[in-house]
Amino acid sequence: MIHWLVEPGFWSNPVVGTALVLGVVVAAVSAAVGVVVVVRGQSFAGHALTDVAMAGGAGASLVGASPLVGFLLAGVVGGGSIEAAGAERIRDRDVGTGVVLGAAAGLTALFLYFVSSSTSATGSTQSVLFGSVFTVPPSVIPLGVAVAAATLGVLFIIRRPLLLSSLSPELAAARGVRPRAMSLLFVLVLAASVALSALVIGAILSTALLVGPAFAALRVARSLLGATLGAIAAAIAAVELGILLSYDSFYWSAAHRSVPVSACVVGVVLCEVAASVAWSRLRRGRGR
Amino acid sequence: MANAWLAGTLVAIVSGAVGLFVVVRNGAFAAHAIPNGAFAGAAGATLVGTSPLLGLVAFSLAAALGIAAFGRRRNDVVTALALVTMLAAGAAFLAASGAYEPAIDALLFGEVLGVSRGEVLALAWLVVGFGVVLALVFRPMLYASVTEEVAAARGVAVRALDVVFLVLVAVTAGLAVPVVGALLTFALTVGPPAAARMLVARPGRALALATALSLTCVWAAIASAYLSGWPIGFFVGAYAAAEYVTARAASSWRERRARP
Repeated sequence: MIHWLVEPGFWSNPVVGTALVLGVVVAAVSAAVGVVVVVRGQSFAGHALTDVAMAGGAGASLVGASPLVGFLLAGVVGGGSIEAAGAERIRDRDVGTGVVLGAAAGLTALFLYFVSSSTSATGSTQSVLFGSVFTVPPSVIPLGVAVAAATLGVLFIIRRPLLLSSLSPELAAARGVRPRAMSLLFVLVLAASVALSALVIGAILSTALLVGPAFAALRVARSLLGATLGAIAAAIAAVELGILLSYDSFYWSAAHRSVPVSACVVGVVLCEVAASVAWSRLRRGRGR
Repeated sequence: MANAWLAGTLVAIVSGAVGLFVVVRNGAFAAHAIPNGAFAGAAGATLVGTSPLLGLVAFSLAAALGIAAFGRRRNDVVTALALVTMLAAGAAFLAASGAYEPAIDALLFGEVLGVSRGEVLALAWLVVGFGVVLALVFRPMLYASVTEEVAAARGVAVRALDVVFLVLVAVTAGLAVPVVGALLTFALTVGPPAAARMLVARPGRALALATALSLTCVWAAIASAYLSGWPIGFFVGAYAAAEYVTARAASSWRERRARP
């Protein structure tokens, strides 16, 4: 039975081992940060930061620095600019995020052009854009786990004033919370989390795991704590199941071409979202 | 080179006009997600062996209609999910077809110097159709974008205009992706129109200025890319951002001077 579910070599493969460990860490952080992102309506910033972080990754590979440092630096600078663009008027937030995103995409194009013309290395675009848990070196694990722990720690400490200022800025200001400082702090937490996940699992999955599990959990759960725990569980399940499906798919087709991890994980996330929407409709229908 | 100028000009005219509505309606995320959907479509079209332009337009329309159908209340979440679905589909198509990497680069970052005469003609026809549609919906769409409730109360079909808007974004994406690439189609749709809206208040003038700024951006980017040999995408992104930052500085300077 277990051999039918899990193709041979799944557990003993070291690449799969690194992927499973990093996948769990990154999925947990993304989902926890994602609950606040969905509540605050900042999915666009959450996605834009993946592209901004990628510009840093491309820049780092140009100067030979560690990609994680490049991703984090660019993410923090980009997060700060997005916050500055939307600080005066909320109306400008959407456009400001868009302009930062466009500029970052341009920089990525330029850096990748320099990288490919100076080293004639191929495959750099694809790994920077789509990422793959199967290509992450184990040496990233210590720093990655440290960044993840710091992100979760800050989020845990600021959770009450942050949620209050997200749901009602006026009330928060009346109680002595500074909404501007809170939103800057949160963008920095978001940038660190997105930079880490964009490096480890790629831009596509970074956004999928940030928004999808959190949205599904918020529709089903009755409290924010429940939503956060549910989102973390859903994200971890999606990553593990997606990696398993992608690994197994190699044995399904005659051509031995596996379905990319990103497509498998996104498929699982979409199923979770559909199930949560169906569940909340059903519950509402029965309540009437 | 002549084809590049023509194609760039056509794309700039359309992006400036659509972008004005993107900015007024706060639709930047959809405007980013739809060209990425178009990227998946082109990858899928190479897989089944049909014309990439067909795949581009079909997938960006599908993305637009999906966002319009599900995104009434939680627009940003639905847009994000549509975007990752499209990108994942694109990744799966590329893995299945085994297409080599320069093809991805061209789709994402654009290949303006590789545009053929046939593509320019197709673009020209699409621009004409686009102009007709825009002329028909310009006033009601502006009304619905600025005060949605009031427009709905006065009998403007707000939902239908929402769909029309997203379809226009989708057609622009299909036009612009092969020329400036998926990532920079977006820069062109947001930067110049946002700059125009900062500088002038009247919609007609804002439309004219947005088109002018967008043309300036594309022409300068083509010239710079030609002279330096660097990718055009970088220049489009940089000039669009520069226009926005300059316009913002000018408008806040004007506001400060108006206040005694």
